[in-house]
Amino acid sequence: MRFSRYKREISAAIAFALLLMIVAVVAPSFFNGGNIRDLVINNAPALILAIGMTLVILVGQIDISIGSQFAVCSVAAGVLAKTGMPLPLLLTGVLLIGSLMGALNGALIGQLRLPSIIVTLAMLVLWRDGLRWITEGAWVQDLPGNFQWFGLSQQLGELVIVGVAALLFAVFAWSLRNLVIGRKLYAVGSDTEAARLAGIDTPKVVFGVFVVMGALTGVAAFLNAIRFSSIPGNTGVGLELKAIAAVVVGGAAISGGRATLVGTLVGVALLGTIGTALTFLGINPFWEKAIQGAIILVALVSDAALDRLGKNGKLDRAGARAA
Amino acid sequence: MAENALLQAVKVSKAYDGVQALIDADLTLKAGEVQALVGENGAGKSTLIKIITGAVQQDEGELFFNGEPVVNNSPALSKSLGIAAIYQQPALFPELTVAENIALGREAGNIFGLINWNNRRRTASELLGRVGAKIDPETLVSELSMPQQQLVEIARALGADAKILIFDEPTASLSEEDTQNLFRVVRELRSAGVGIVYISHRLEELPQIADRVTVLRDGRTIETREMDVVSSEELIRLMVGRDLSAVFPKRPVALGDVVFELKELGSRSAGIHNINLAIREGEIVGVAGLIGAGRTELARTIFGLAEPDRGEILLRGRPIRIGHPQEAIEYGIAYLPEDRRRHGVVLDFPISSNITLASLKKLSGFAGMDFGREREVAEEYTRRLGVKTPTIYNAVSTLSGGNQQKVALSRWLMTKPSVLILDEPTQGIDVGAKAEIHDLMMEIAEKGVAILMISSELPEILGMSDRIAVMCGGTIATILNRADATQDKILSIALGHLTDNNKG
Repeated sequence: MRFSRYKREISAAIAFALLLMIVAVVAPSFFNGGNIRDLVINNAPALILAIGMTLVILVGQIDISIGSQFAVCSVAAGVLAKTGMPLPLLLTGVLLIGSLMGALNGALIGQLRLPSIIVTLAMLVLWRDGLRWITEGAWVQDLPGNFQWFGLSQQLGELVIVGVAALLFAVFAWSLRNLVIGRKLYAVGSDTEAARLAGIDTPKVVFGVFVVMGALTGVAAFLNAIRFSSIPGNTGVGLELKAIAAVVVGGAAISGGRATLVGTLVGVALLGTIGTALTFLGINPFWEKAIQGAIILVALVSDAALDRLGKNGKLDRAGARAA
Repeated sequence: MAENALLQAVKVSKAYDGVQALIDADLTLKAGEVQALVGENGAGKSTLIKIITGAVQQDEGELFFNGEPVVNNSPALSKSLGIAAIYQQPALFPELTVAENIALGREAGNIFGLINWNNRRRTASELLGRVGAKIDPETLVSELSMPQQQLVEIARALGADAKILIFDEPTASLSEEDTQNLFRVVRELRSAGVGIVYISHRLEELPQIADRVTVLRDGRTIETREMDVVSSEELIRLMVGRDLSAVFPKRPVALGDVVFELKELGSRSAGIHNINLAIREGEIVGVAGLIGAGRTELARTIFGLAEPDRGEILLRGRPIRIGHPQEAIEYGIAYLPEDRRRHGVVLDFPISSNITLASLKKLSGFAGMDFGREREVAEEYTRRLGVKTPTIYNAVSTLSGGNQQKVALSRWLMTKPSVLILDEPTQGIDVGAKAEIHDLMMEIAEKGVAILMISSELPEILGMSDRIAVMCGGTIATILNRADATQDKILSIALGHLTDNNKG
């Protein structure tokens, strides 16, 4: 019973375990401390984005503008840092910018009921090219010393990044399961009209989810920006696809109503590891994207197959009850 | 079988999910006649039409076309036989031209699949001429009025060489002039030898158009008569004339104060106007009327799903404004929607989460949701309402219709409503569960809840209601007391035959 409920998450976890086993046999040097640390640090911002994307997909929507929002937040973080703004204020500012961009999406999609794929496509282009126009393609350089790694040592800074990602994951995973709002997200995603008739303010829920998505994008951008001494204006290209892929591989239904954050974590781990794993296995890393695409397809196909299996199982159970 | 029958249905039966929609129904249609088909909502008219057009297949019985049995009927087969149906809402492609719509699906093109545009236009003009429509074949269908679209549909059917035309409530939203024009077309088709089945709730128009009339009731064909020897009153009697076969658990409840009142309530977007109604504690007010009379629209307006623009809603004498279902729930108004399978429950959710979905606030604590309390509540309601399930964690989709409805009802009882609106509460559920739901309704009423029950089943309306509001044309035509109400009276009012003389 429990197993069948989480079969998608478990399938993804098995795939991840298989990958690690192959690597362990063929290229055990993959498991050296430095490599693992790099992988974790590199994927922490991606995990934060995927958390938000899980919520968005759970309510039956999509957000393809987060890569561009990520760029806006990154550049804003750099620019604000150069004004000498203290860190807490700086973080608040970036969060606010992210939330506002999310709120704009949310208002158009939740309140005006526009299709999210089109709204966020427009935003993807708008923010990306708006930013290019303003920065004229220039990088943000000469960041103040207390910006990189929060002014801490690299090791401590990395610890903070991973700590924040882990904390956010724990808080969201717990909330989704244990708070009323979590239940509402599942209801809205399963059947928006039924949720509305049960008295749930569905436009508000959708709006809120996009605001959270924007805020998390701000956090991810901030944590990413402090790792480097400069911020390229074209940062974050393709991040939305990475996040969506991780969520889908983690077992979420793109039609909404079904997703878990544990699944998303496995999805991020699987897709985030595959590139490095390929290198260690001696396969040309150019294959990374193609293999990621293949993994997404396998996830979707096995999902459909599991669904059909589940339906037969249901029939069997009904038969058993009747007998 | 009849010699000159164009179409014959013999002892046709059909059940949906164990609910018998049609039982041994017979229909004989001759070429060049208009046969009216009448009956209450749910009498089986639509099912019979669907079997003839191949949309569904009968469980038992046979269909003959020109004396030949029709085996494995399907929409494609019935179309190739020349059977076409014209519905109340035209089913055309709005973004295609009239000529394209008429040509669709039957034009083969030449051997390269190329379309001969001149030919297409000519055919369209000719067919439009036959139905007396002055429409340019190059017009987009979306630019046409509804009556015009209907004519285009008839023209399309003629183009497909229709031998049998079925009209399903074609005049329901037509003006008098358009109706007369439609009748003229129908008469011409009749003299051209087309067999016509004509479904209508407007009994008064039948003598103008029909040759014979067949009455359906509870899925059976009751009688077929010559139109000129039967009166409207007689037809109504034939439509409702059944015994109250089910026994309803109606018990006298001491009525309390007026809880809920509607004063001249109207909503243009919902299509209702001038609704006046007051419901008291413990009272069950039945809302009767035909489909399209505005019953569900009234419920949706009260529950904040449609915006009222006239009049007011009073709760215990105080005017309230409801802009959203959430506000309605906070005022203690609950609404069990009509289409249970679609929106009354979240099918993928377990029973427990479905029951608590409208009362999540009550489960919210500092440390998150109180799952223990949720389990207790869900178990209490499933026990009290007799939901048959192994555990409260089963998905609602695995339950039978009756049990799903009990889950939906549990959800609303948990909100402790003072006004409960039930929209077709027992539609499509089996007899046993139906009786249980009726029992529950009495229990709820005895607790002082005011109940507004919309139903298309007259026995249910008569059996359960203290008073009966009969709706017609978007407003309450008459409110009948339980003692004064009969099926004939309700149906007459719902059909718009008689008004006012029973107001009280």
